[in-house]
Amino acid sequence: MSEAYLEIVDLACERDWRLLFEHLQVSVKPKDMLQVSGPNGSGKTSLLRLMAGLMRPTAGDVLIKGVSIHQQRNELATNLLWLGHAAGIKGLLTAEENLMWLAALHHGATREQIWQALAAVGLAGFEDVPCYTLSAGQQRRVGLARLYLDAPALWILDEPFTALDKQAVTQLELHLAQHCDNGGMVIFTTHHYIQHTPETFRELDLGQAAV
Amino acid sequence: MSHVFVLMLLRETRLMFRRPAELVNPLVFFAIVIALFPLAVGPESQLLQTLSPGLLWVAALLAVLLSLDGLFRSDFEDGSLEQWVVSPHPLVVLVLAKVLAHWLYCGLALVMLSPLLALMLGMPVDRIPTLLLSLLLGTPVLSLLGAVGAALTVGLKRGGILLALLILPLYIPVLILGSGVIQAALQGLPTAGYLLWMATLTMLTLTLAPFAIAAGLRISVGE
Repeated sequence: MSEAYLEIVDLACERDWRLLFEHLQVSVKPKDMLQVSGPNGSGKTSLLRLMAGLMRPTAGDVLIKGVSIHQQRNELATNLLWLGHAAGIKGLLTAEENLMWLAALHHGATREQIWQALAAVGLAGFEDVPCYTLSAGQQRRVGLARLYLDAPALWILDEPFTALDKQAVTQLELHLAQHCDNGGMVIFTTHHYIQHTPETFRELDLGQAAV
Repeated sequence: MSHVFVLMLLRETRLMFRRPAELVNPLVFFAIVIALFPLAVGPESQLLQTLSPGLLWVAALLAVLLSLDGLFRSDFEDGSLEQWVVSPHPLVVLVLAKVLAHWLYCGLALVMLSPLLALMLGMPVDRIPTLLLSLLLGTPVLSLLGAVGAALTVGLKRGGILLALLILPLYIPVLILGSGVIQAALQGLPTAGYLLWMATLTMLTLTLAPFAIAAGLRISVGE
């Protein structure tokens, strides 16, 4: 039994004078997969942003190995891959340039690795096309190609399955499961029903957690 | 760390040259505003020459302000800012590279264009170096201070007007000193004191503003 890597302690979140959730307790340890679910507006994205350290909680805290993330920004930053609603893809840059830059923000990647990652998400042949010419699903894939690079251990993904076709959804599910099997952690939101899950899969329903 | 700095500059350069309209916008604005003044004030060369330091500075200042509203806007909308904030690299370094790129393609371009416009306003040729020096020291201050405002207003739907209200008062010292140098040069007075004060302002903003910009972006992203 490995100890928890990321812990949420008595977390509360308030947006525009509305309480989204409070007294939330979750812990995530290596190999865990956590799906955050709930109706629209129940605070899924806010919870992910709190975990990624992008927002400050109204009450409670997010801990990494027992210490608050706001006291050890670097510890979280070096181990986190964050993919938000908008994936940070620039329309004017090509898929390769986008990935090169996003990878450079973390560990960096070689050209070959990036081409392999793009091929893995089915974008072989689109490496040097400006991203604004790609379809919504293809742009999503460019962002997801980061998961096929030398990626950090903790993945926090906001709606990774939107705009993907069936085949790509299955492929991504398997890839997430494999990452967990290899000792990684995945936290994500989705409205899809997930078919391929590792044994450690858990679901956190914010619709029920809320009062 | 310096690697990311260079990559950020490269990225901004690519983006800038794939959107040439935005590159040219402040320059055209600057040129047109200066070209309009002789039409409005009349072609008396003595009057224009007296006004020229102030005109050039105000026009340059407004041209920079015009380009600032979009500084972080697209990065905010497409999620790039979030990626910078969660990256292990210090946000201050990323931000400094971003603002440096803005200065290179907006501020420095204005500086290069200014001698031509100064001659149009009848400024003597031997005063042009002073003008260049004053703009060269002043435009980084405009970019850096403006970026603080842009960082704070990026999350707002209509940040443009608020940005102007926030930033224009902060531009007053650099405006006074900047046009003061040229005024002094035109009257044949020594300019070293002004220029040293401007250099002080430049160093001060260069060292402090990036931290304010980074803090502003964190607030905007965290909203």
